[in-house]
Amino acid sequence: MKYPKDGRFGEFGGRYIPETLVPAVEELEESYLKFKNDKNFKKELDYYLREYAGRPTPLYFAKNLTQKIGGAKIYLKREDLLHGGAHKINNTLGQALLAKKMKKKRIIAETGAGQHGVATAMACAALGLKTEVYMGYKDTIRQKLNVFRMNLLGCKVYTVKSGSQTLKDAINEAIRDWITNVKTTYYLLGSAVGPHPYPVMVRDFQSIIGKEIKQQMKRIPDTVIACVGGGSNAIGTFYPLMDTDTEMIGVEAAGQGLKSGYHSATLSAGSKGVLHGMMTYLLQDKEGQIKETHSISAGLDYPGVGPEHSYLKDEKRVKYHSATDAEVIDAFLMLTRTEGILPALESAHAIAEAIKVAKKMKKSESIVVTLSGRGDKDVEVVQDYLEKNVKNR
Amino acid sequence: MSRIDKKFKELSSKNEKALIAYIMAGYPNEKATLSSVRGLIKGGVDIIELGFPFSDPIADGPVIQNASTRSLAGGIKIDRFFKLVKRIRKETDIPLVLMTYTNILYHKGYSKFISGAKKAGIDGFILPDMSIEESANYLKAAKTKKEDTIFLISPNTSKKRIQKIAKASSGFLYLVAIYGTTGMKTGIKNYTVKAIRDVKKLVNGKIPVGVGFGISSPQDVKKYVKIGADAVIVGSAFLRLIEKTPSNKLELKISSFAKSLKRQTRVS
Repeated sequence: MKYPKDGRFGEFGGRYIPETLVPAVEELEESYLKFKNDKNFKKELDYYLREYAGRPTPLYFAKNLTQKIGGAKIYLKREDLLHGGAHKINNTLGQALLAKKMKKKRIIAETGAGQHGVATAMACAALGLKTEVYMGYKDTIRQKLNVFRMNLLGCKVYTVKSGSQTLKDAINEAIRDWITNVKTTYYLLGSAVGPHPYPVMVRDFQSIIGKEIKQQMKRIPDTVIACVGGGSNAIGTFYPLMDTDTEMIGVEAAGQGLKSGYHSATLSAGSKGVLHGMMTYLLQDKEGQIKETHSISAGLDYPGVGPEHSYLKDEKRVKYHSATDAEVIDAFLMLTRTEGILPALESAHAIAEAIKVAKKMKKSESIVVTLSGRGDKDVEVVQDYLEKNVKNR
Repeated sequence: MSRIDKKFKELSSKNEKALIAYIMAGYPNEKATLSSVRGLIKGGVDIIELGFPFSDPIADGPVIQNASTRSLAGGIKIDRFFKLVKRIRKETDIPLVLMTYTNILYHKGYSKFISGAKKAGIDGFILPDMSIEESANYLKAAKTKKEDTIFLISPNTSKKRIQKIAKASSGFLYLVAIYGTTGMKTGIKNYTVKAIRDVKKLVNGKIPVGVGFGISSPQDVKKYVKIGADAVIVGSAFLRLIEKTPSNKLELKISSFAKSLKRQTRVS
């Protein structure tokens, strides 16, 4: 769906927001539509993406991993090589630049794993904007390196202790801040979620991933795979390839297994509902209360998902699978050892799926996996997991 | 004529404005909710807003967030809430409005939820995250059951939108007094004074205008009534009182606080 005027992808998306925010999202949409095709804006964004963030990113043929699995050729779209270590910078540069054009002086953001917070802090430092980031208490512990990085970048980090103390609650708190400071503040949302126009805007800024894949592959890949939390790297990968016949697979976090109840696989196990300004699939109980989620990767630990993914699931254009924590650790180790690349645990979900599907494909076929981030931030979590599970391995 | 409409008519004949009190159902337990309701009625409150908790209350400040968490932890469910409302309805004819978030209604199904609420004795709904653009199915379900739909507007809502929202609203129109979440004590802002006057002019007596968010004292109530609010809504202040009051004194304390607020709603 190119630009859904009412912000709807089928029945999903829309704007379920407190009235105070309506003028703010209207102003945002108006500014976005004005600048997205503006020559100077595009030129400036291209400049920052190239000279500051390090685009284009390589499309690396993972020869050793391919040989080890013995199936389709596996290519890695190396978003992990971007400045800051994740795809998040594609979106934060775009939105921070937009905020500047809108003459907003104060930027707020939420973060889960801390990658979006870091990418926001970086983009805002580069563009001279003041940033404050909300992060769930649980995430500040398991991703404390990123908290420190944000502090170093001159960004204030608020610890959120309400609810499940993860990404969902960080978004709640950022929305409350936005309601309170609506006139001065720009909310720089990090995923393709939230009220219209965020899902479309974030998708557009992330679409550079898929556009480059299209240019870099000699022929369109048979399969593309990306991990899905909110789903920004996945929609950025898929959207430019939508009109091809490429098979697309989004991979959610199955945590300790879909039947265990400890997972974040919204599309695989959720039902329709309204959260954070959008209608989408959600993990919720029988009463419509949002469930607490679990994933070894903080960035996927979210009970909702971008509304366009909900639409693509129902339309059956994209398949949504999931990977368990154990499969993810295996994939993390395999990529590290065969290729010398430490993937973020989020991205390791996509690797885990690639390992599963490559086996079943012909050697002449190709898979592109979006490696959305690097895993340096996760080494402690992985070490901890390996120590606890030493007997099982 | 709905219970809410009747109430406003009755008040107007007495030259009084409405005092609306918000409490969270099941906070800290259902018995306390019953005692609180009795206190509110004795204290002369005109309309009661019952909050039903949602896990992610984005329009609420810490006081109502905490009450939501506690109420959910106490095991409140939609069915139990409806039973509680039925019990309250046996004792009183006061208008009862349900305040919760869209997903609670959507997940159950708008029609199913609204008819359940109607049967229990609820007169109308306030959903702070339901915007007018998304409200078609909700409105249809509420109109079918002749339930009131109370929409919110804000000091930054455009005139055009206010008119559109007022048209879809019944019972009263809920003007959010401040930029912020519930329970924020900011004092009365100039922009709020202007907003009340503008909105009153715009709706021109077609629907009462209630003002809420950040209103916590008799002085606040007095000022808002003087500016022209048709109803004044007090929520977090009641919850703070419930938090610190032992259960055997709850009814009394609530009623005396409510009385002190209600005294200020006479138009002098």
